[in-house]
Amino acid sequence: MSLLDVIGPVMVGPSSSHTAGACRLALLARHALGAEPRRARFTLHGSFAKTARGHGTDLALVAGTLGAFPDDPLIPRALEEAAARGLDVDFATADLGDVHPNSVRAVLEGDDERVAVTGSSLGGGLVRVFEVDGFRIDFSGSHPTLLLRHLDTPGVIARVARVIADDDVNIATLVSARRKRGGDAMMSIEIDRPLTKPARDYLQHLRYVTWLRELPEVMQGPDAAPGDVDGTPAAAGAAS
Amino acid sequence: MTLADLAAAPGPASELVLAEEAATPVERARLLEGLRGRLREMRASIDRGLVSDAKSRTGMVGWNAKTLWNAEDALRAPLLQRVQAYAMAVNEENARMGRIVAAPTAGSAGTLPGALLGVADHLGLDEDRLLGPLALAGGIGQVISQSMFIAGSTGGCQAEIGSSAAMAAAAVTEAMGGDAAASVHAAAMALMNTIGLVCDPVGGYVEVPCVSRNAFYSVHAVASAQLALAGVTSPIPPDEVVLAMASVGRLLPPELRETGEGGIADTPTGRRIALEMAR
Repeated sequence: MSLLDVIGPVMVGPSSSHTAGACRLALLARHALGAEPRRARFTLHGSFAKTARGHGTDLALVAGTLGAFPDDPLIPRALEEAAARGLDVDFATADLGDVHPNSVRAVLEGDDERVAVTGSSLGGGLVRVFEVDGFRIDFSGSHPTLLLRHLDTPGVIARVARVIADDDVNIATLVSARRKRGGDAMMSIEIDRPLTKPARDYLQHLRYVTWLRELPEVMQGPDAAPGDVDGTPAAAGAAS
Repeated sequence: MTLADLAAAPGPASELVLAEEAATPVERARLLEGLRGRLREMRASIDRGLVSDAKSRTGMVGWNAKTLWNAEDALRAPLLQRVQAYAMAVNEENARMGRIVAAPTAGSAGTLPGALLGVADHLGLDEDRLLGPLALAGGIGQVISQSMFIAGSTGGCQAEIGSSAAMAAAAVTEAMGGDAAASVHAAAMALMNTIGLVCDPVGGYVEVPCVSRNAFYSVHAVASAQLALAGVTSPIPPDEVVLAMASVGRLLPPELRETGEGGIADTPTGRRIALEMAR
């Protein structure tokens, strides 16, 4: 946790965990979708489920889905803005199991894309995403993050790491999960700076990589965020 | 970094915090500018909050800072009046979904600016003198966050307002020329006397008791600084105080951790307000 995370973020109230953190989780989900969201369904757990309205969690989740950072004055009028921009939103509550009390599952759909992102707001605006499309991965939004779906086959992790290393980019964390041996798998890779375009293009055309997203870091605000806030997709390079 | 490390720093404790975070002079300059930006955002939220009487979403708060700021100083205690008005100004802005600096959280955002800027304005300290103390406040928050999540939903209000009061106490002590040990002990005494505080917001809104609580704990922070500057210390080592608070946080039942189901939220009137707002 950096000093400016403790003395910060600069944000629209009223709650760093229930407003700013919720906004960041939804913003990460937007980037994981990689397209303009048309429908968003949020399932709230624990304290999020109990006090969402009181803390503007609903507004913050919708604002993040629309691409807003926690200091965006759009947050208080996010529902009107969603309606104007053709985004259908829906809220439900559920027990998501043994997870942090401030957790939410966001299922976003674009015209052709769909993604399910589950994460927690840890306090002070810090967040952690621990599941994407059913895979148990792990990232915090404090670094640019690569999400890759790939075939579980020998050498994939080494191959991907090589491409990142050749781009002179350092890996901060890497988490890999698979459905079954030889089946569908996913990696989350937090990196110290965004990949160059050639490296990203190269990765998404690897034979066994079926889906790639590069999420910007979301802790500092739009000026410091690499990548495209409007969500230009690092589109699926389907296996050829 | 531990509180013991900070307390043993040869110069101001903030120097250790800045050195941990910024390895080069360029990074240090950038960090100090970041802190200056935070200080100015805090100032701006105070300025807006002192003149606004726009009600919050529920109507429970919104005019308290302005009312206190314009009230006759009956107790002849201008520092008290200033510190409390500043703290409530920030949290009433927060409750209106205005722009604030979480420090360390939004619900506890008023304590640090209330205490630090309140004392600074009372005594005429300039902005440059507040950057180190603000860094130290952040460093205290960093150390606490190594032991527990700083969130009412996991640790109760003590995790939020206790942290903010500890951060503010250290900052005020350093701003007043206290040495590293005094600054860290101010934080420990503020924390020790916040342990057990529950998070029980009416209806789940960050309004009651949050707004007045920031007023009270900004004063609490100034009181800690006053003791520390006079040489009073915490007999329990500061790091052990943090662990004690974390352990009490784990003992708190969910009703008292930001669910709006216990304490002040669970009074007949608190429940009625929650029902009215849910409609």
